[in-house]
Amino acid sequence: MSNIPVDLKYAKSHEWVRANDDGTVTVGISDSAQDQLGDMVFVELPEVGASVTAEEACAVVESVKAASDVYAPVSGEIVEVNENLGEGPEIVNQDPYGEGWIFRMQPSDADAVGGLMDAEAYGAFLDSESH
Amino acid sequence: MPFIPHTENDIRDMLATIKVGKIEDLFDEIPASLRIGKLDGVPEGQTEQEISRLMMDRSEQDGRPLCFMGAGAYDHHIPAAVWQITTRGEFYSAYTPYQAEASQGTLQLLYEFQTMMASLTGMDVSNASLYDGASGLAEAVLMAVRGNRKSKSQRILVPTTVHPAYRKTTRTIVKNQGIELVDVPYCSDGGNTVPDSLRHLEGEDITALVIQQPNFFGVLEEVDALTDWAHAQGALVIAVANPTSLALLKPPGKWGSKGADIACGEGQPLGVPLSSGGPYFGYLCCKQPLVRQMPGRIVGRTVDRDGRDGYTLTLQAREQHIRRSKATSNICTNQGLLVTAATIYMTLLGAEGLARVARACHANTGRLVERLTAGGYVEPMFNRPCFHETVLRLSLPLKDVLRPLYAHNLLPGYDLSQDYPELGNALLVCATEMRTADDIELYGSHLDRIIKTQTVAGCPVEPKMA
Repeated sequence: MSNIPVDLKYAKSHEWVRANDDGTVTVGISDSAQDQLGDMVFVELPEVGASVTAEEACAVVESVKAASDVYAPVSGEIVEVNENLGEGPEIVNQDPYGEGWIFRMQPSDADAVGGLMDAEAYGAFLDSESH
Repeated sequence: MPFIPHTENDIRDMLATIKVGKIEDLFDEIPASLRIGKLDGVPEGQTEQEISRLMMDRSEQDGRPLCFMGAGAYDHHIPAAVWQITTRGEFYSAYTPYQAEASQGTLQLLYEFQTMMASLTGMDVSNASLYDGASGLAEAVLMAVRGNRKSKSQRILVPTTVHPAYRKTTRTIVKNQGIELVDVPYCSDGGNTVPDSLRHLEGEDITALVIQQPNFFGVLEEVDALTDWAHAQGALVIAVANPTSLALLKPPGKWGSKGADIACGEGQPLGVPLSSGGPYFGYLCCKQPLVRQMPGRIVGRTVDRDGRDGYTLTLQAREQHIRRSKATSNICTNQGLLVTAATIYMTLLGAEGLARVARACHANTGRLVERLTAGGYVEPMFNRPCFHETVLRLSLPLKDVLRPLYAHNLLPGYDLSQDYPELGNALLVCATEMRTADDIELYGSHLDRIIKTQTVAGCPVEPKMA
């Protein structure tokens, strides 16, 4: 059973989203996603300042098994990326919801995050996917 | 195990399972208007005897002319050992094996090839080769578009001094992907791309600049200034380089203050015979930050459980069997056999041997130019230094001179009038280490005589009796 923190929102493409006090949101991939992908060997980060639209591929996580796109959960601008992943992609495996965050963005619509799944819905979504 | 995987029965069973009448029905999705129908030019299967005869006849059509032509493929000496070793059963396969790790010898050879190419180009990594130099440039352009994430324009500056066939191939491959190839004109005195001529593009979003060294005219470009200019614009630099020349010239990885980002080119000069135009192989090298954008196979060295050296295909997440439609390229093979020959060629020559070949080519082309220009009807077109190839301007219509030279079983050079009509009677000539002083004299004396017969006023032929 994978870890699904209740204070986060989730996208169907397995990103988690944390709403920060300053109006920005932090994005990473879920525990389930990192577990499926296996040992990370490389994370391709987006450019700070890039404008992205919801569901647009903006980063890549590459494991020993596969390379997968990470999608922007909402539209907005990339304001910070986790440079530590350049040297330590395995942090995504070790601490997917903490130090393993991938990028931070300023949503163009503050309410857009509300449209994502909560922990319960994401848990149900994972169950439906595995059956 | 049968060699042919699908028997008639297998096919019938499979079609029955998916409830399809015949294989042809599987292609119904493709509109009839897009289908080519019959391939009229392709005959039915032929016997080995028939095909041998056909190929023998075709190969004899080339004859064995004395070659002063380069233009992208070069007539070099190939030590007999190169193909003797390459065609040994252990090496004799056109492909990277699919059960790759079972073939440690093949992988080690590819690893050695990559090491040599990275060292020759001054780059961090090399792949295991591509189809040819032209498709190598197209792949380098696609790599640059993916790799230069600061640039949104997908605009690539391509000097017209880059090989015309490479430009054409690249255009064909990238034109439907929203990538814009922008021509950069050359200087008519130097035959090179003048860095100052790019000034009007400053401040624009440019994804990459292509620099061929030596360029198609054989002229040396100002690679340092061009590279630094491109980097100052936030553009990547794609080097196209003749591998033989790299034994003497500054490697692309050292161009300017930061070095080119990608190097590619034609591998044919490294032990591959001219062979009527192919098969050849392309090479592709890059700096470490771009390695995940590189197409093709990459072999890495590692250690096994017991700490012994082993070779393995690496970074496969870029490739289409894993990354599917988002793979870096549809190319997931290499020109294994030709790369085997090139690796053995480079091993036999060594760095010093390759440098000697390069010096001999440079010297011979200098002698050729000296001999052909001695009569006063031929002169060098450009005033910039050359490597082993250069453009000559003739004061007579080119075709009147070339036809009789062909008749003397000579390939006098590459006629530039199709690709560069503005140059007039321009001939691209090359004398590799294969051309002796006698060969050069033979060309010179034929040319003298032809020019004389065409320039004597009135009657071109002396009357036999006074």
